[in-house]
Amino acid sequence: MIRFLLLFSRQGKLRLQRWFTAISEREKKKIIRDMTTMVLARQPRSCNFLHWKDLKVIYKRYASLYFCLAIDNQENELIALEVIQRYVELLDKYFGNVCELDIIFNFEKAYFILDEFLIGGEIQETSKQMVNRAIEASDMLQETMEEYMSKPAF
Amino acid sequence: MPAVSKGDGMRGLAVFISDIRNCKSKEAEVKRINKELANIRSKFKGDKALDGYSKKKYVCKLLFIFLLGHDIDFGHMEAVNLLSSNKYTEKQIGYLFISVLVNSNSDLIRLINNGLKNDLNSRNPTFMNLALHCIANVGSREMAEAFASQIPSILVAGDTMDSVKQSAALCLLRLNRTCPDLVPMGEWTARVVHLLNDQHLGVVTSATSLITTLAQKSPEDFKTSIALAVARLSRIVTSASIDLQDYTYYFVAAPWLSVKLLRLLQCYTPPEDAALRSRLTECLETILNKAQEPPKSKKVQHSNAKNAVLFEAIALIIHYDSEPTLLVRACNQLGQFLQHRETNLRYLALESMCTLASSEFSHEAVKTHIDTVINALKTERDVSVRQRAVDLLYAMCDRSNSKQIVAEMLSYLENADYSIREEIVLKVAILAEKYAVDYTWYVDTILNLIRMAGDYVSEEVWYRVIQIVINRDDVQGYAAKTVFEALQAPACHENLVKVGGYILGEFGNLIAGDSRSSPLVQFDLLHSKFHLCSVPTRALLLSAYIKFINLFPEVKATIQEVLRSDSQLRNADVELQQRAIEYLRLSCIASTDILATVLEEMPPFPERESSILAKLKRKKGPGNVPDIDDARWNVNGNGNAEQSESAEGTNKFSPSLMADLLPTNRPRPASSSPTMLSAGTMGSAHPFTDLLNLNSSPSAGASLLVDVLSDSSTPASADVSEENFSRFVCKNNGVIFENQLLQIGLKSEYRQNLGRIYVFFGNKTSAQFLSFSSSVTSSDTLKTQLNVHTKPVDPTVEGGAQLQQILNIECLSDFTDAPVLDIQFRYGGALQNIAVKLPVMLNKFFQPTEMASQDFFQRWKQLGVPQQEVQTIFKAKHPMDTDVTNAKILGFGVALLDGVDPSPANFVGAGVIHTKNTQVGCLLRLEPNTQALMYRLTLRTSRESVSQRLCDLLSDQF
Repeated sequence: MIRFLLLFSRQGKLRLQRWFTAISEREKKKIIRDMTTMVLARQPRSCNFLHWKDLKVIYKRYASLYFCLAIDNQENELIALEVIQRYVELLDKYFGNVCELDIIFNFEKAYFILDEFLIGGEIQETSKQMVNRAIEASDMLQETMEEYMSKPAF
Repeated sequence: MPAVSKGDGMRGLAVFISDIRNCKSKEAEVKRINKELANIRSKFKGDKALDGYSKKKYVCKLLFIFLLGHDIDFGHMEAVNLLSSNKYTEKQIGYLFISVLVNSNSDLIRLINNGLKNDLNSRNPTFMNLALHCIANVGSREMAEAFASQIPSILVAGDTMDSVKQSAALCLLRLNRTCPDLVPMGEWTARVVHLLNDQHLGVVTSATSLITTLAQKSPEDFKTSIALAVARLSRIVTSASIDLQDYTYYFVAAPWLSVKLLRLLQCYTPPEDAALRSRLTECLETILNKAQEPPKSKKVQHSNAKNAVLFEAIALIIHYDSEPTLLVRACNQLGQFLQHRETNLRYLALESMCTLASSEFSHEAVKTHIDTVINALKTERDVSVRQRAVDLLYAMCDRSNSKQIVAEMLSYLENADYSIREEIVLKVAILAEKYAVDYTWYVDTILNLIRMAGDYVSEEVWYRVIQIVINRDDVQGYAAKTVFEALQAPACHENLVKVGGYILGEFGNLIAGDSRSSPLVQFDLLHSKFHLCSVPTRALLLSAYIKFINLFPEVKATIQEVLRSDSQLRNADVELQQRAIEYLRLSCIASTDILATVLEEMPPFPERESSILAKLKRKKGPGNVPDIDDARWNVNGNGNAEQSESAEGTNKFSPSLMADLLPTNRPRPASSSPTMLSAGTMGSAHPFTDLLNLNSSPSAGASLLVDVLSDSSTPASADVSEENFSRFVCKNNGVIFENQLLQIGLKSEYRQNLGRIYVFFGNKTSAQFLSFSSSVTSSDTLKTQLNVHTKPVDPTVEGGAQLQQILNIECLSDFTDAPVLDIQFRYGGALQNIAVKLPVMLNKFFQPTEMASQDFFQRWKQLGVPQQEVQTIFKAKHPMDTDVTNAKILGFGVALLDGVDPSPANFVGAGVIHTKNTQVGCLLRLEPNTQALMYRLTLRTSRESVSQRLCDLLSDQF
């Protein structure tokens, strides 16, 4: 399974985090620090995989943003790398030429897209069309501002 | 500002994010955040009820602040309110906040669970999905308690929408992982398996993940999934790339699902059903074949997806470990990847080969890539790839390549990345010990490790070298000499000082005979390092000094002087001060005898798992240490290392024989320390090097002997132990035992059922052996089979002199055990106890029988009862040389019959075993296969026990 997903910038600023196992906040901060230093220290054109404790860390850089997954030891590295790629494609499709700023300003959307794709540390839907359809459907549900304001809350 | 803003953008949030981004300094950012937090807190606490929109906006701001790395300790309540809202946008944000910032506040959990329950029961698939995602992502025990029984029914209900099924499957998976006790197995499990047949590939993918996890825990319950998984996999693998529409990823059909199905199959052994098994084999072959096809796209995503499936298929092949063809194909495929231009593939190939190396079918195939792997170690730019290369070298190491691999790792160590040095040190130490045939090599290797990477040599490593040196008396002299030389370096690592101090303190006497390493020189050398060392090392050195006082009375005054100095007696460190005072007093008041008793040589360490291996396991996690045969690990390395060599391939030794073969590894009595009272000439050339030359008594049947001294395969090292026992199977004369004090040589003659052994005890020291006695003991069974008469010997053996003892032997009936020669004597006040297994074997009582081809086959047929024949097939351990084999068979005692076997390459022999009670005729046939480097040995005798024993004895000789 996937243990966690982190998105951080070249400067080491965290942009997104999703944890699929119960970990204390303290421990999370430590892991985030470890991951950013470790991944940012990697030379260009190195391989995309690292061993870290008893986990495999899979990372890939897209422009200024690093996507970093930790998976169990017996999991498949290459398919995890394509999990990252697929997520980037989904973001790209939604935002159109996605950039780091999109994710900063619409972090909640980035989470929603992720939740349609990965849940509980496993891939839920591998078809791009299906995920996109689900996200579009959820956007359709979002009320226009006028509707929103006039709808009762409870 | 954001490029897009779909749905209802929250202006306030965007403004806040912009503000934060515009902050020029960290302080400014913190200030802005604190201001915002105060604002939000006051809004939440304010009297005026907040509208949903504001709540949502503020909760989002909190989330953003949290993502920036700040702790958020409020807002949960508002988030729960949002989650319970009937407005989708609010609900979504509420769930997001809870799933990102979950907090095991029990009151809150109840409220959250309430919201989840409403949504799960809403029959609105969108809401249900939100709830399921939240449960799957949080997965707390409270949620499991509340929903674990409800989710299975959602999963298998006929009217559940596909997307909800997917969420439910993964939700159940998560709950099963966190609280397996709360997820009841039941009627739903059978129906879950059938989801593998679902039309919707997304449902199949989620279900496969769930089934894999469940099957790992209770494989029996999910056995039916094998057939379904194979069928599904087969359909995917053989489909055209467009068949699966959007589930085709860069021209690869359903890679995620394929990988998951292959993982599911790894929960089980190969299918028993032949048709199913061949269908699966076909799938695996197809996947391997596809790897050779030209790529359908140049995109890296295409090759990644394709190779992900390939690697998972290889993992399954390795897991089954039953199809040699597939294993070798897998190995070849990985071999291609070893030189691929993609770093990722090189990395994965190295990693995957590590597991392949432990399969008996592919170990040899993996070994053929050794040069590529060594090259990777030298040339890869990426440290993680180099690390995998180190792992693979470790995994592929065996007796044949251990010297090369250890040498390569050592040379890599000099430039290795700091992060992996300690691990390499551990690995080198483990391999050097495991494959040490020659323990001088082991000692050299460890000292090199300390020299090159002293900082990374952990305690376990240097403890271990000391344990081994203590337990193996044949390497002690060499170890003392080597550490002495290593300590000459002007700057040597403190770990070396520790090892040096310990070893010289125990065994410095063994090199003290040379004036260049006289006791005083040794002491001065150690003491020159003293002031540069840390407190623990100094403490260790002080102990070495007091041991010196015992070993070398002539340096007592010098050492007492050192102990007496203020820097010792008044040392600020209490441990050092105490040692100095106590040791000084001990040296002053104790008599030589008491001193010798208190400071006797360390007794052998008990056998246990190597502490180094334990450390590597800790470091890498138990699953990550490539397979090491733990049984081979014990401190008394001698027996084991060589045992594993001699038993390799054949495993002929019964456990009791194994134990019997270790005569020198018996626990020594407590007082076994040679106390050196006059260490004058010790260590200089021994007065004799060749026992046999000193004795001129002619040996009967000398034409059959293979003289130990002309046997070039015998190493000149002092490595004499049970291995010598088996060397005496085919010859009668030679050195059976040697340590620093004593050498024991044998000359034996046998005629019919009688034998005579001349035992020569050589005193290698310049001092007398007193109270010398030597007797033969046999097990109770053996006493009824073999009579051994010993003549008493002179109780004194002068320094450098040799003593002869004659043993008369009579064989009453066939036997398997061997008598043991027990030697006791006092040397320098200490009692020495040595036990040597006497090489009296059944074949010694052979009389060769010449016979013609016709007679041979006639008798061969007569001995055709199955119990009369024993056959074994084994690997050649020595070069397959016809002349040597001839000599060995003759030495075994039978007549070598030429022209009997139709194939000239085969060896045929005949002889009669003479015992007092009976005579046993024996025919043997040895068939070498020079291509496979194997032999087949067949023995036929009229007695089963004789056939078996002779087969055991002889099969070990080639």
